[in-house]
Amino acid sequence: MSEKKNSAGWSRRDIMKAAGAFSAAGAMPMFFSRGAWAENNFRNNPGKAASIKLGFNVPQTGAYADEGADELRAFKLAVKHLNGEGDGGLMNTMKPLSLKGNGVLGKKVEYVTGDTQTKSDAARASAKRMIEKDGVIMFSGGSSSGVAIAVQSLAQEMGVVFMAGLTHSNDTTGKDKRRYGFRHFFNAKMSGSALGPVLKKEMGTDRSAYHLTADYTWGWTQEESIKETTEGLGWKTVKTVKTPVGAGDFSQYITPILNSGADTLILNHYGKDMINSLTQAVQFGLRDKQVNGKTFEIIVPLYSRLMAQGAGKNLKGILGTTNWNWALKDKGSQAFVKSFGSEYGFPPSQAAHTCYVQTLLYANACEMAGTFYPPEVIKQLEGFKFDGMGNGATEYRAEDHQCFKDVLVVRGNENPTSQFDLLEIVQEVPRAQVEYDAKIFGGELGPYKV
Amino acid sequence: MKTPTIKQDMVVMLIFSAVILTMPVWLEPLGASYPDLLQKFAIFGIFAVGYNILFGLTGYLSFGHAAFLGIGSYTAVWSFKLLTMNILPALVFSVLLSGLFALLIGFITLRRSGIYFSILTLAFAQMSYNLAYSVLTPITNGETGLQLARDDARILDRLFSEAGEGLPSTDFFGFSMSGYSGFYICAVLLIIAFFISQRIFHSPFGTKLRAIKSNQTRMKYTGYNTKPYLLTAFVISGMYAGLAGGLMAATDPLAGAERMQWTASGEVVLMTILGGVGTLIGPMLGVGIIKYFENIFSALNEQALHQAYAFMPDWLATVMVTLTSPFVGEGWHLTLGALFVLIVIFLPGGIMEGMNLIKKRFSKKEAEPSPTEKATETGQ
Repeated sequence: MSEKKNSAGWSRRDIMKAAGAFSAAGAMPMFFSRGAWAENNFRNNPGKAASIKLGFNVPQTGAYADEGADELRAFKLAVKHLNGEGDGGLMNTMKPLSLKGNGVLGKKVEYVTGDTQTKSDAARASAKRMIEKDGVIMFSGGSSSGVAIAVQSLAQEMGVVFMAGLTHSNDTTGKDKRRYGFRHFFNAKMSGSALGPVLKKEMGTDRSAYHLTADYTWGWTQEESIKETTEGLGWKTVKTVKTPVGAGDFSQYITPILNSGADTLILNHYGKDMINSLTQAVQFGLRDKQVNGKTFEIIVPLYSRLMAQGAGKNLKGILGTTNWNWALKDKGSQAFVKSFGSEYGFPPSQAAHTCYVQTLLYANACEMAGTFYPPEVIKQLEGFKFDGMGNGATEYRAEDHQCFKDVLVVRGNENPTSQFDLLEIVQEVPRAQVEYDAKIFGGELGPYKV
Repeated sequence: MKTPTIKQDMVVMLIFSAVILTMPVWLEPLGASYPDLLQKFAIFGIFAVGYNILFGLTGYLSFGHAAFLGIGSYTAVWSFKLLTMNILPALVFSVLLSGLFALLIGFITLRRSGIYFSILTLAFAQMSYNLAYSVLTPITNGETGLQLARDDARILDRLFSEAGEGLPSTDFFGFSMSGYSGFYICAVLLIIAFFISQRIFHSPFGTKLRAIKSNQTRMKYTGYNTKPYLLTAFVISGMYAGLAGGLMAATDPLAGAERMQWTASGEVVLMTILGGVGTLIGPMLGVGIIKYFENIFSALNEQALHQAYAFMPDWLATVMVTLTSPFVGEGWHLTLGALFVLIVIFLPGGIMEGMNLIKKRFSKKEAEPSPTEKATETGQ
């Protein structure tokens, strides 16, 4: 037993004394609690320090690990460029630009990393570590809307700005929007609006759709938005089935599709889930089938090149949307591809692009505000209009902190010229077509000061 | 079996309390002294101490305790949503409800022992997880997790004040549950939990539980009905898990289904075994090690390693970084796994056995342990 009479020669009295002294000493920090709020004394105020810390919280394990790894590469590149190292990347093309390439407000940028494990609990624990221990003034990243929403509300509680990485759920800037959370990435509603006309042109108005949906906030809202679009075209929805995230084997969900009478499969999956479900759907011969006198089609509303790499030739000809693609010809995109490519030897994914841009946007807003005080930085970001970051002219809408910009409709390339040339751009849908009223999703941003 | 005197228990209690309350000071050099991690140490400490009452005393290996953790969390968040942001009702309901669930699950699973019991508990936990994940989405909000909203009812709070701007935060009669005050509240609860566990260990009830572990058949022959004792132990440890779950929600008002997954159940088994099954302090040590690895080790990246090896010549530093980087960062599971294997092979009694060995080596010169003491030790 652990509580045997101790034989080290300590009397009970000695131990009591020592214990008393210890607990008195230990209670001290309780009286000097940190984190009080004032104009000059906000959480993790860098004050006179020579450097600031940013936190990059990305999935390093789990179904979205590939995206996480690419996000981290982009973050590191952004830090380099902010500190004036490397070729400057998008700092050469961004307009308007207040950054000077000497860090942010003259302070060198450092970073810490964490693993979200694509789990809300783990992501929040990791974010809390960054905020409480490492003292970050902004954190970013993530590749799941569930995680983004969870850490975004943490950001609001803690009073530290969160620049969301890859999150596509309507809720992130809809019913769960927060004053301290910002999203550059597009969302499911915009995917639906962009995809609608293309679907109508390519597949007509008489189709029966079957949805397989990742069972969490992103899947739900994407299913809802795509359903709204397709039913608007006159399509029928045969059935919607929810599948667990990270299921690995989707065959039990795919077999029932064969005899359901549906002629279109809509895969509301992402990351490794999408690679697995699509590969299995193709192996089950869905694409060779003829139903209702039409060729069976598969649609993947949210695409990424990393997924395309995983799914290989199965993706050929499949339609979807994406936030950004390295094949874009505008100056911003090309500058980013060049700079990322020379650093890592391959082109960046859309996850990398959005995370890189978010970091620069935050830094730029601090520079514009002339302070790191979050309410001032937030006010700079709200309604900020910029250009030259890929995607053309973009605006951070003040009402819901959602960026509005052009959306790409893409198709799996039939004749790829390289292992990265996997998506062919069908249409650059102009921003006006994907815009919607900020009020439709409800939700509230909350206060500037927390 | 020699029961320690009340005085000895008091000394252990005092030292334990002192060590827990001074954690913010002595964890500072280890880089682990920040509120969130400190709170996790205390919360998982409660979880493991409670788990040890079942596993340590009766030897019944439950693989489903995370279910009670999850039930505690969901109950607490619902209490925050419907009643008040004060944690007191939340914790009371968490403990009661998880106790109730433990009674139901325990009643069924305790009909079997050994591996069958483990499998049954695992099955129940997995069922709860799947219910929370998909079927009960209206109650649990599925994989997104249950969260607070500004326009929740909060009946009790509304009696006294209007809803403020933004999300309210949890408190205990004015003491905030985030930051250091949150840690001290959790720590005090851990100390109380530890005290109760100590009393159970040294009570006749505890002795009966140990008797069940050493030979249940013989105990039945002497005329004891073992089932009520087992069920009581199961419910108590379920309530501990519920308290831990409630506290998790209190420090961070969000409840997700992954808290109920089998990996979470496995974690508490690992913690208990790593520290020392059936010892009072052991589970706490296991919690410390696992949570430290999960939060600190996992955050080390190559940049940090380069800094750590900065004192070495460049080429050596590069070699060392290459050698060690697979074991830190996302490789922390690997390190933990290796450590676990080593401990189970060389110290089956966990870290506590190691500490006892060291203690014995130092005290050998003074007095050889009596044969009876030796026997009790091997008996564990």
